Amino acid sequence: MMPGILSTLIWLPVLGGLLLMLLARGGMASQGGAAPALPRLFALAVSLLVFALSLPLYFGFEQGTSQMQFVERLPWIERFGVEYFLGVDGFSMPLILLTTFLTPVIILAGWDVIRERAAGYFAAFLVLEGLMIGVFSALDAVLFYVFWEAMLIPMFIIIGIWGGPRRIYATLKFFLYTFFGSVFMLIALVWMYLQSGSWSILDFHALPIGLTEQVLIFLALLIAFAVKVPMWPVHTWLPDAHVEAPTGGSVVLAAILLKMGGYGFVRFSLPITPDASALLDTFVIALSLIAIVYIGFVALAQSDMKKLIAYSSIAHMGFVTLGFFIPWAIVANSGGTDGISLGIAGGMVQMISHGFVSGALFLCVGVMYDRVHSREIGAYGGVINTMPRFAAFMVLFALANAGLPGTSGFVGEFFVILASFKAGFWYAFLAATTLIIGAAYTLWLVKRVIFGAVANEQVAGLTDLSAREFLVLMLVAAGVLWIGLWPQPLTEVMMPTIENLVDHILQSKVPE
Amino acid sequence: MESVYLAIVLAPLLAAIVAGLFGRVIGRTGAHLLTIGAVALACALSLLVFKQQVIDGAEVFNQAIYTWAVIGDLRMEVGFLIDPLSALMMVVVTSVSLMVHIYTIGYMHDDPGYQRFFSYISLFTFAMLMLVMSNNFLQLFFGWEAVGLVSYLLIGFWYTRPTAIFANFKAFLVNRVGDFGFLLGIAVILMFTGSLDYYEVFERSEALRAATVEVLPGSAWSAITVACILLFIGAMGKSAQMPLHVWLPDSMEGPTPISALIHAATMVTAGIFMLARMSPLFEYSEVALSLVLVIGATTALLTGLLGIVQNDIKRVVAYSTLSQLGYMTVALGASAYAAGIFHLMTHAFFKALLFLAAGSVIVALHHEQDMRRMGGLRRYMPITYWTCLLGSLSLIGFPGFAGFFSKDGIIEAVSEATRPGAGLALFAVIAGVFITSLYSFRMFFLVFHGQERMDEETRSHAHESPWVITLPLVLLAIPSVLVGWWAVGPMLFGDFFGSTIFLLPENDVLGRVAEHYTSPLGFLLHGLGSVVPWLSLAGVATAWYLYLHRPDLPGLIQSRLAPVHGLLVNKYYFDAFNERVLARGSVGLGQGLWRFGDVKLIDGALVNGTARLVSWTAAVVRHLQSGYLYHYAFAMSIGLALVLGWILLRG
Repeated sequence: MMPGILSTLIWLPVLGGLLLMLLARGGMASQGGAAPALPRLFALAVSLLVFALSLPLYFGFEQGTSQMQFVERLPWIERFGVEYFLGVDGFSMPLILLTTFLTPVIILAGWDVIRERAAGYFAAFLVLEGLMIGVFSALDAVLFYVFWEAMLIPMFIIIGIWGGPRRIYATLKFFLYTFFGSVFMLIALVWMYLQSGSWSILDFHALPIGLTEQVLIFLALLIAFAVKVPMWPVHTWLPDAHVEAPTGGSVVLAAILLKMGGYGFVRFSLPITPDASALLDTFVIALSLIAIVYIGFVALAQSDMKKLIAYSSIAHMGFVTLGFFIPWAIVANSGGTDGISLGIAGGMVQMISHGFVSGALFLCVGVMYDRVHSREIGAYGGVINTMPRFAAFMVLFALANAGLPGTSGFVGEFFVILASFKAGFWYAFLAATTLIIGAAYTLWLVKRVIFGAVANEQVAGLTDLSAREFLVLMLVAAGVLWIGLWPQPLTEVMMPTIENLVDHILQSKVPE
Repeated sequence: MESVYLAIVLAPLLAAIVAGLFGRVIGRTGAHLLTIGAVALACALSLLVFKQQVIDGAEVFNQAIYTWAVIGDLRMEVGFLIDPLSALMMVVVTSVSLMVHIYTIGYMHDDPGYQRFFSYISLFTFAMLMLVMSNNFLQLFFGWEAVGLVSYLLIGFWYTRPTAIFANFKAFLVNRVGDFGFLLGIAVILMFTGSLDYYEVFERSEALRAATVEVLPGSAWSAITVACILLFIGAMGKSAQMPLHVWLPDSMEGPTPISALIHAATMVTAGIFMLARMSPLFEYSEVALSLVLVIGATTALLTGLLGIVQNDIKRVVAYSTLSQLGYMTVALGASAYAAGIFHLMTHAFFKALLFLAAGSVIVALHHEQDMRRMGGLRRYMPITYWTCLLGSLSLIGFPGFAGFFSKDGIIEAVSEATRPGAGLALFAVIAGVFITSLYSFRMFFLVFHGQERMDEETRSHAHESPWVITLPLVLLAIPSVLVGWWAVGPMLFGDFFGSTIFLLPENDVLGRVAEHYTSPLGFLLHGLGSVVPWLSLAGVATAWYLYLHRPDLPGLIQSRLAPVHGLLVNKYYFDAFNERVLARGSVGLGQGLWRFGDVKLIDGALVNGTARLVSWTAAVVRHLQSGYLYHYAFAMSIGLALVLGWILLRG
């Protein structure tokens, strides 16, 4: 039997990664010095193949329906009703494409930078790619949970082996936070299985649940997803993880792993516990606004480039959770449902855009770090003089981070701010402060690092982008500009799913 | 017609892309020929569109070009609205841009970033055209931020200068404060009208008038007032109205051609244009219009005073720009939208001329900008001298010059206005006349007359600029002098704007002025009967007396009025406040939140308990020798197994 497209996308990179590891053990391992060419070529080939194979998900995607597509459903552990159940809708499909698009980029970014145990490094990213696609396409709760947890293993390896000096501390902090969150999620999933007699997430969606139970489930899921997003105040693992992670690790962490939290909200929390969401929405909105405002100011105070971008990530992810949790406030304030889908679409677009923009910024820091071996802002100044082509990219991505119209960074924030006004003046007011604060920390970074006279000898000796680095940044820049100039191809595949979710969440799940 | 409109915007865009990305391939000459050709094409087509709209009376064009995104019922599109107002703006933008492009050949002659500069100014032309041709709020905001972006890039064009990269950062941030308001204003409009399309919004403005927004708990404000005030905050940023004016003087760090194009003639007038475009909304909010009137009056008067104490030639012109933008804002606040736009047009010509003349002087003196080291340049650069004189006379509203008609139109209109703030505004615009001619001719005399105060080396090199610089000066001088005669009738008192500008009958101040209007000459004679031209002449006379006849006096006055002088030199302490309180305060707040909130509270108190757990885990892990990852995988499987086992036992 031919495996389905989703299975291929999951298992091809996983198997490719495992194979690479085996081969590396068998004598292809680096002998010091230059990285061997074969592992990275192999990894790149696999990731490009995966990307090519993922394109039918978009072009073959049936628009105008919120039904799951490309479904694969086989019994797995029949005794417990666990199934191998995969499928995608307008929420998961774009995230999968983001994953398959960025993985080759990440592999290219590590091309001749990673010299120690290079085969293992590339293998870890391939395995990670497959598992992340698994998270986005799993429709069985056990399968989802297995991917969700397993995905962390390659991530730990990436930070733990190729990371910076405090990598052990960072990994453990990351571990504790996520483990703490996942346990609660598991309990909630099991409870729902016991109620519905099925592990299917779609069955969970249809499950009537009393208000008290909804609140408990909601809180359990909130902990799991809030850690991933991450939301204030469970965010402090992220800056540490970013600082210690190698460039590729930071990119995948910011671009895709953080999206797991946002995805969790639209896949689980909103449709399963709408009444609890309606009850506790103000709480989540408050956390989102704190992320936008408070974390924005914190970003302003950073002197480490990676920390600054990490905090900026948290602030930008605030728009995702804000967009997802304003529906009830909109109904309460305006009496209508106009703007709800705008907010959710904003959150979704923001996730994709953030994948490009924050990924790109981490790539940029990587480019500089590879040359100067410092992440301190103070170690730079006037980089534009010696790296003009790099500076052009960095300024572009910085402006996208500051939400400039025409770049992807604008679209999601614009939608969410417009929508949040319908929920209340002050929601929009606080959210819109990102226009000022976001521009302040991002452009101040650019001013200190990129512009100015050549600050020191190291900057004077910099060489501009290599062809490989140029290609890497070019690919991401294309994504940033495409979504900024014409988001319609992205939003139109999401809309039916969003409309369906809106219908879903406005109906009570509390049994009569 | 759609293809003509597309050609107008796309020609400069394509030229900018080619000159920017392939500057080395096409070379210097290629870059300037390409961009000048593109802008010349845009200019010629804009003139054609102007002729169709204004002279032939063609139908208004309002159509979408492409769909940006559709969310539910909300269509977000990119499209054009071509009516007399946008046609006029297109002509102003492309013609001044064309002059500046030509001028740049001379001004940036020795600059290594030659192609990059041409790329930026063509890109600016594109962005500004998208802004004025837009038929919806989304594209307006796009253009709005895009011109801000190019302004940012151009102020920081000489990126190794610390002052330049400070100024462009500051300009972007201050503009973002305005955009913050602007975006919220758009959100109000969307909330109550459900659309971002201008015409649909105007048709549904009833809904905005009926609705209220609860800004403070318990106090409901009219939605249209909230919307208009927020939109005006956007205009205050872009059009540099107090207190968001602080970025414009610093923007003079950019090369002079862009000071003329962006920071005098076009971009900074975007706010004025936007308010005129939004007249169907503003007309229904007395409160917002009063605010516009007061802010404009304050800006017109107070920034003009600052122009008197500046010694940098470009900064004098910059403060003059601020003050004239204040005049335009006053006109809008008085519901004399047409007068505001009329002054926008004449100002675009004479102010671009003045900036380019200042640039010509700066080039002749090898990038000397301090007027205390100029003087007597009349002999060396006659064309610059005469064109600068014409520009200055237009600026001070010398009877018969273009600036006279437009400024007098504003003053007459304000004198008919009755809404709160009108008295203050009338005082400000009349007092401003004297101040304007005082600082203008102070500059003129210090630069071109009197003693030659430059060093011998500079003097020996002083010469008239090449034709690529003087030709734009001459071409800009023509409309600076003459355009008023043609435009005053149709624009102020005729139906030039047709239905573009909406007026409530009781707000029609220009209509009341029109009751006495017969002809441009009649308007001129009527103006001569008022105090205004005499104040203007008094300003020139005072400047002559102080700076040519008794050059010892200014120093004396300065020391006698030290506190006042200090206040002016320190620009009313706006910059000091912004830097010391706002900027440092924000960074300090960030530091505090980070060190206390994140590090101490969350990591310290919450995670530290866990941190001990971390070290404990680490110890266990080391002890187990299995690596924490396997440990983790193990824990996960155990957890899963336990849970499944529990289900099994229960089931």
